[in-house]
Amino acid sequence: MSTDVKIPQAQTQTHHPDAKGIKLPIYMDNHATTPMDPRVLEEMLPYFMEKFGNAASRNHSFGWAGEEGVETARERIAKLVGATTKEIIFTSGATESDNLAIKGVAEMYREKGNHIITAVTEHKAVLDTCKRLEKYGYRVTYLPVQKDGLIDLEDLKRAMDDKTILVTIMWANNEIGVLQPVAEIGKLCRERGVIFHTDATQAVGKIPTDVNKNNIDLMSISGHKMYGPKGVGALYVRRKNPRVQLSAIIDGGGHERGMRSGTLNVPGIVGLGKACAIAQEDMAQESCRMAGLRNRLRDRIMNRLDEAYINGSMENRLPGNLNISFAYVEGESLLMGINDIAVSSGSACTSATLEPSYVLKALGTGDDLAHSSIRFGIGRFNTEAEVDYVADRVIETVERLRELSPLYEMAKEGINLKDVKWAGEAH
Amino acid sequence: MSYSDKVIDHYNNPRNVGSLDKASSDVGTGLVGAPECGDVMKLQIKVNRDTNVIEEAKFKTFGCGSAIASSSLATEWVKGKTVDEALAIKNMDIVKELSLPPVKIHCSVLAEDAIRAAIGDWKKKQESAKPVSVEAAK
Repeated sequence: MSTDVKIPQAQTQTHHPDAKGIKLPIYMDNHATTPMDPRVLEEMLPYFMEKFGNAASRNHSFGWAGEEGVETARERIAKLVGATTKEIIFTSGATESDNLAIKGVAEMYREKGNHIITAVTEHKAVLDTCKRLEKYGYRVTYLPVQKDGLIDLEDLKRAMDDKTILVTIMWANNEIGVLQPVAEIGKLCRERGVIFHTDATQAVGKIPTDVNKNNIDLMSISGHKMYGPKGVGALYVRRKNPRVQLSAIIDGGGHERGMRSGTLNVPGIVGLGKACAIAQEDMAQESCRMAGLRNRLRDRIMNRLDEAYINGSMENRLPGNLNISFAYVEGESLLMGINDIAVSSGSACTSATLEPSYVLKALGTGDDLAHSSIRFGIGRFNTEAEVDYVADRVIETVERLRELSPLYEMAKEGINLKDVKWAGEAH
Repeated sequence: MSYSDKVIDHYNNPRNVGSLDKASSDVGTGLVGAPECGDVMKLQIKVNRDTNVIEEAKFKTFGCGSAIASSSLATEWVKGKTVDEALAIKNMDIVKELSLPPVKIHCSVLAEDAIRAAIGDWKKKQESAKPVSVEAAK
C-alpha cells in the first residue's frame, strides 16, 4: 500500500539578500519542540491504518501487531537510558510523567514522610504539581540556584530531613540549557534513602542519561523534544535497588503495570521508540556538531556586540542551547525584527503580569536584562549557513533597536541606569 | 500573536526617532515606564512659544513592537497640534488606530503618559520663565 505522505515544505520566500540557499523562516526553537525526523514518521505510519489494533487486544493479530510495535519501542527507550523494559511506562508526555512521578510518590510514601525537595528553576509541570501538593499538606523546599544556574549540593544536603520522601531536580533546563549535577544528586539521595526523580525532557537523546550510573529512581521522557511525536512520553520507574512504587493518577483498566491506565497511543509510542533508537546511534556525533554550531553562533554574536550577556553556565550546558541578554533592547521587539527566525524570549510582554522569565530571575539577572533575553535552540536540522544568517540578523537588529532605545542613549551618556528613579517603578 | 499591519509599519519605519535638546526652554521631555517592566518611553516636544503649537516631536523606546508603534504614533499625532489639543489624545485612540489587543493596551497608556509628561515638563519650564514672557508680551 502506498503511503504517499506530503511533507509540507517550509516557506521559501527569501526576502533577505543574505538568505541565499537558506529556507525561510528558520526554525531555531528546538527547546519548545522539534520537527519530526522523517525516519520517525516512516516508522509510525503503518500503525495508523494497517497495524491499528489496540495493543491490549490479546486475542487477535491486530492487537498483537500493535503490541509488538509497543514492545519494540519499549526496548529502544530502555536501551537508551540503561533500564529494563519493565521499568518503562508510557504516558501522554513529560508533563504527565512529572505529575505521575511526584504525585505517585507523594501518595504512596505518605506514611514515611511529607517533605519534597525541588529547585526554583524547574519546569511548571514540576513546580505547579508541587504547589498542588502543598495545598494537600506536603512541605516543599524550593532550592535556589547560583548565578550559573546550578544548585548548591550543600543546600540540598542541608534541606534533607527524616521526612523527605522525594527529590525532584531536572537534568537540563529548558530555558538556559544548564545541566544539574545529576550524578552527585543521585549519589546523595541513594545514601540518604530518598527517592530521586529527574525531569530529563531536554536531556534524553541529547546527552548520555543512564539511570544506573546516576542513581536515578524516576525519570521523565518526552517524545516531541527529540524529533519524535507530540502527545507521547514515558516515565522510567526503578524496580531494583530500591524498588519504587507509585500510586497511579489515572485509573481505569490497570495498563502499564497498574501505573497508567488507558489505551496506548501505539503510533506515538512507536515514534518515540524510533526517535530514541536514532538518538542512541547518532548522539556522540550529533552532540559534537550541535556544540560546534552553538559555539559558532555564540562567537559570531559576542564578537560583534557589546553588552551581550550569556545566561547560565557554559560548561554545564546542553550542546544546542544558547541564551543571551542584549542590554538596552527589549526581547519581543528583537523577535519582531528577526521575524524570519523562530526563537523565543524571556520577555513576557504578553503575560498578564509583565513579569519576565522566572528562571532568569532565579539566576539573579535583573528584570531589565531578563526582558532582553533570547533563547536559541539549535537542533538536528540546523545548518552552518543558518547559524551565520541568524547571527547576522540578530546583530543588525540589536544595533538598530539600540538606536531606538532611550536606555542605550542614557548609558552612552554615562548615566548609571540603576541610579535612575523611573516613573514606572511604583507599579 | 500577530501584530496589525500598522504596528508592523511603525516598527519597520518608525517616525521621528531621535532626540531634541533637553536643555532648551522650548523643549519638553517625558520619560516614563521602567526597565524592569520592559517598557521605557522617552518623548520630546518642541513647542512654539507664541502659538503653543508642537512643531517638532521625537521619541525613543525600549519595549515591544506595540510600545514602539504607540510612541511613534504619538509623535506623529502631537506634531502640528497645540499643547492643549495634544493633551486631549487618549490611549484608547491609539489602541483603535493600531488595533492593539487587550494584552497590549498598557503600551498605549504609557504613550499617553509620555505625551502628558513631555507637556508637563515643557509647562514647568514656561512657569519658571513666566516673568520674562509676560514682559515680552506687553
